[in-house]
Amino acid sequence: MSPRLYRGAKVAAEIAVPIAMLAGWQLWAVSADDPKFPRPTTILVEFRRLWLFSEFGTHVLPSLERIGIGFAIAVVLGIALGIPLGLSRIGRTAAMPHIEYWRAIPPPALLPISIVLLHSIGNVQKVSFIAFFCLFPVLLNTIDGVRGIEPTLVDTARSYRIPAHERIRRIVLPAALPQIVAGMRNSLSLAVIMMVLSEYFSSTSGIGYVLLNSKNTFQFLPMWAAIVLIGLLGYVLNLAFLLFERRALGWHRGWRATAPA
Amino acid sequence: MLEIRRLSKTYGTGPDAAHAIGDVSFTVDPGEFVCVVGPSGCGKTTLLKCIGGLLRPSAGEVVLRGRRVTEPPEEMALVFQEYSRSLMPWASVRGNVLLPLRHKQLSKRERESLVQEALGAVGLLRFIDRYPWQLSGGMQQRVAIARALAYQPSILLMDEPFASVDAQTRSDLEDLVLRLRHEFEMTVLFVTHDIDESVYLSDRIVVLTHAPTEVKEVVEVDLPRPRDQIATKELAEFAHLRAHVYRLIKREVSVPTPETSVPVSGTEV
Repeated sequence: MSPRLYRGAKVAAEIAVPIAMLAGWQLWAVSADDPKFPRPTTILVEFRRLWLFSEFGTHVLPSLERIGIGFAIAVVLGIALGIPLGLSRIGRTAAMPHIEYWRAIPPPALLPISIVLLHSIGNVQKVSFIAFFCLFPVLLNTIDGVRGIEPTLVDTARSYRIPAHERIRRIVLPAALPQIVAGMRNSLSLAVIMMVLSEYFSSTSGIGYVLLNSKNTFQFLPMWAAIVLIGLLGYVLNLAFLLFERRALGWHRGWRATAPA
Repeated sequence: MLEIRRLSKTYGTGPDAAHAIGDVSFTVDPGEFVCVVGPSGCGKTTLLKCIGGLLRPSAGEVVLRGRRVTEPPEEMALVFQEYSRSLMPWASVRGNVLLPLRHKQLSKRERESLVQEALGAVGLLRFIDRYPWQLSGGMQQRVAIARALAYQPSILLMDEPFASVDAQTRSDLEDLVLRLRHEFEMTVLFVTHDIDESVYLSDRIVVLTHAPTEVKEVVEVDLPRPRDQIATKELAEFAHLRAHVYRLIKREVSVPTPETSVPVSGTEV
């Protein structure tokens, strides 16, 4: 098979399966005629009506904002805490039980208390909730990445008397970056989950709010439209992140390909 | 220039303590090329790390130009054996050579000219924008050497720098180091387990014993300079010195192993 033909076949296979599934759903929905399971074509129309763009500003933007800010806080805090903890054994001994404890708690268990504690049903509570749970993957991966630094490189930096801030900027951070970025990717998908969850309760805006509110009022069309949007959102965010990763870690792919294990 | 006085290093305490270095003293004069050889596992790297200020000796001291070494001294640069580990894979060749210069009080132009000069000296100027992992092993070690040169040390410490490259590259790198040492007027302390290499390079060879390490003998090498891979190694004096160092070390090796029982040229001990 020629490379072009092969690529064509690959793309076709990638697209063919979802199309077949949608077609199957469509056929089944037509025959079932159940309001809980509308036809994909009807959902598509609803999707356009809701999100493109009458409710975009009122519900999609707030959700994106929460994801964006919560994720950003988690990344900054995770790296800022992870580097000193990765470098300090005593720091790790002191911090790890707490990290493991809070990480073990399922997010829904903390949702009510986050509302009480933060005296807030607005963005502060939602952003904090997202940031809190997105923190752990970044934090733990940063700690791991920093610990895994090549000792020879540390000795090299010491022997050249590289000052601490330069050492962190030029050596520690780049060395840990592949792991940090892997943690960020996990956090980003968590952020979408936490966004939906946080908007289920005491909320008046957001995609999660639309989803649950539609269900509670037996409006199954907007409910489905919200589900489709959330799926797309996660997909697109992950794709965008992969592009960022490719740019930020270009050296890593090349190096791994040549490294003798 | 450099004095090692009754240096010893013990890891751990009590009955589990490991005496890596027993009692080592020797000196390196300004401009001298001194090789340290010893049987495998005799603590050569530990010794070098103590000298480089990376490890604190348990007793004794290292004195560089009259000052006791307690941390890595500014006028000393260290080249490690594992070039692939001591170079930063995320930085270009330029970035790697620049690393020890960023915190020096230099202008941007001075830094760049030091980088250029150092890379020119090792013949890698045209690879300045490559990543180190895009280069061969020998070239990567030359990047590490260039980084040390750019740092402008008065003494260069090298820890088995050519142990991971092939034989041909190794002789090229040996000649490169001899030339650079001359051009940059550096003192060199070179740890190796290759006896041929030590005789070929040095003015003096410090032969070490097994751990707990002591100095077995200091061998003067008065082979004519400049050294030449063929002509120097043809000399009767070279063969004689080589055999002498070999015997010193062989007596240290209690159980002969296949690699050490036959003295072949370039044999590692």
